[in-house]
Amino acid sequence: MEFFSHGFGLFLLILAQCLAVTVVILVSLAFLMYGDRKIWAAVQIRRGPNVVGPWGLLQSFADFLKYIVKEIVIPAGADKTVFMLAPMISFVLPVIVWAVIPWAPGWVISDMNVGILFIFAISSMHVYAIIMGGWASNSKYPFLGGLRSAAQMISYEVSLGLIIIGVLVSTGSLNLSRIVEAQAGSWGLFSWYWLPHLPMVVLFFVSALAETNRPPFDLPEAESELVAGYQVEYSSTPFLLFMIGELMSVFFMCALISILFFGGWLSPIPGIPDGALWMFGKMLFWFFMFSMMKAIVPRYRYDQLMRIGWKVFLPLSLAWVAFIGLAAQYGWLWGTYQRWIGG
Amino acid sequence: MGIPVNRAAWYFLLTDIVLGFRVGMKYFFKPKATLNYPHEKGHLSPRFRGEHALRRYPSGEERCIACKLCEAICPAQAITIDAEPREDGSRRTTRYDIDMTKCIYCGFCQEACPVDAIVEGPNFEFATETREELFYDKAKLLANGDRWESEIARNLELDAPYR
Repeated sequence: MEFFSHGFGLFLLILAQCLAVTVVILVSLAFLMYGDRKIWAAVQIRRGPNVVGPWGLLQSFADFLKYIVKEIVIPAGADKTVFMLAPMISFVLPVIVWAVIPWAPGWVISDMNVGILFIFAISSMHVYAIIMGGWASNSKYPFLGGLRSAAQMISYEVSLGLIIIGVLVSTGSLNLSRIVEAQAGSWGLFSWYWLPHLPMVVLFFVSALAETNRPPFDLPEAESELVAGYQVEYSSTPFLLFMIGELMSVFFMCALISILFFGGWLSPIPGIPDGALWMFGKMLFWFFMFSMMKAIVPRYRYDQLMRIGWKVFLPLSLAWVAFIGLAAQYGWLWGTYQRWIGG
Repeated sequence: MGIPVNRAAWYFLLTDIVLGFRVGMKYFFKPKATLNYPHEKGHLSPRFRGEHALRRYPSGEERCIACKLCEAICPAQAITIDAEPREDGSRRTTRYDIDMTKCIYCGFCQEACPVDAIVEGPNFEFATETREELFYDKAKLLANGDRWESEIARNLELDAPYR
C-alpha cells in the first residue's frame, strides 16, 4: 500500500479511479438512454426499443456501433478546427465534473473543498461547445440554435447558482461531501435539505432541465423550428459525442440534485445502512423525472423561457438567499438552516 | 388591475406539470397500443388493396382476356399490355407489365376487370432492394396469383355480398 501513497503509485491509483468512474458512467449512460426511450415510449403507449438483445437492452450499443461506422460529414463552409473541437468539448466537460461527485463516504476522486465552484466553473464552459458547434457549422439553423442556447444556458446558470447558495449558506461549506454529511440526522428522509429548501428543489429541477437543454426547454434543438439546432450539420461520431455529452450532463444534474437536496449516499430510513447504492438510486429516480418531463410537458416558447428565467426564478431564488442568510445567521426555525460544518 | 391570484397559484404550484404527470403515469401502465410488427400483425379487411396478382381458372387457364380495360382505367398509367391470338384462336396477353413504383393502389384495375383476372391481394410485404424488382411482368403476376389464390378467393367471396 505504501507504493500507492505517493509519486507514480498515486498517479496510477488516481488513473484507475478515473477509469472506474468513467466506465461506470458511460455504461450506465447506455442503459439510461435505453431507459429514457422506454419511458418515453410507455407514456405514449408504445413499446420502444425491444429488438436488440433481451427486451432491447443492447439497443444503445447497436446505436453506438452505427454512429461510429458512419461517415463524418464536414460542411465545405465550416471552420474545420472549431467544428471538430466543439463535440469534443461537449463530451469532455461533463466527464470532468464527475471527479468531485462523492458516491459514498470517501468514494470520490477529488474531495476538493470548493467542489461546487469547480462544478460551476466546468459546466458554465459547456455552453461554449454548443456555441462553437452552432457557429462553426456556418449554416443558418445551427447558428440560431447556438444563439438560443447561449442565452438560455447563461440565464439559467444564474438562477442555478443562486439556488445553490442557499444550500451552501446553511451548510457552511462548498465541499460536496460536507454538504451530504450536514444532511445526516435522526429523522432520516426528513433531515435532508429538500424539506427546508422545498421551493428551491423545484426551482433547481426546472433550471436543471433548462440548463441541460432538455424538454420542455430544448429550444436550441427545437426540431419544429430549427430542425436540430446546433446539431444540424453534425453526423457520425461528432454527433454521438454531442449526444453523450448532453445525456451525461443530464445525469450529472441528477447527481447534483441528489447530493444537494436528497442526502447523497444517506439512507432515507434511519437504521438501514447508507451507501453508494442509495446515491445511485436517487440519481435514477431523478433521471426518471427528467424523462417524464420530456414525455408530458410541451416545449415552451422562447419568450416564455426567458420570462421564467429572469422574471420568476431569479427574484425567487434571490429572495430565498436573503431569507436563508437571515435564518442561518439568527438560527430561525430551531436552527434548521444552521448546520454549519467546518471545512 | 389586480393580481390574477388563481392564475398565479396555478403557475407556482406547477399544476400543469402535476396533472401532466398523473396523465403520463396513467398511460405508462396501460397495455401497449402498438403491435410487435414482424411477429404480430393487424387485421386486414377483405377489401385490402395490396400487391397485384393475375388469377387463373380452376382448370389452370389464365383468366385475362387482354381487354385492356385495366390499362385504360389505370390513373397512374402503370399497366402495359400487349396481346395477340394464341394458336387455339383465343385472345391472350403476350405481355402484362405493372410498374409497382407508379401504382397508387387505387384498385380501379380490379374494378374494371370483367373476368376477375387482375386483383389486388392481401400481401403488403413486397419491399425489394432494387427498383427493377418492382417492375412486375406477366410471369411474376401469375406466380403471385398462384401463391395467393386461396386468400384472394376467400376475400372476393367475403366481399361479394357488398358489391
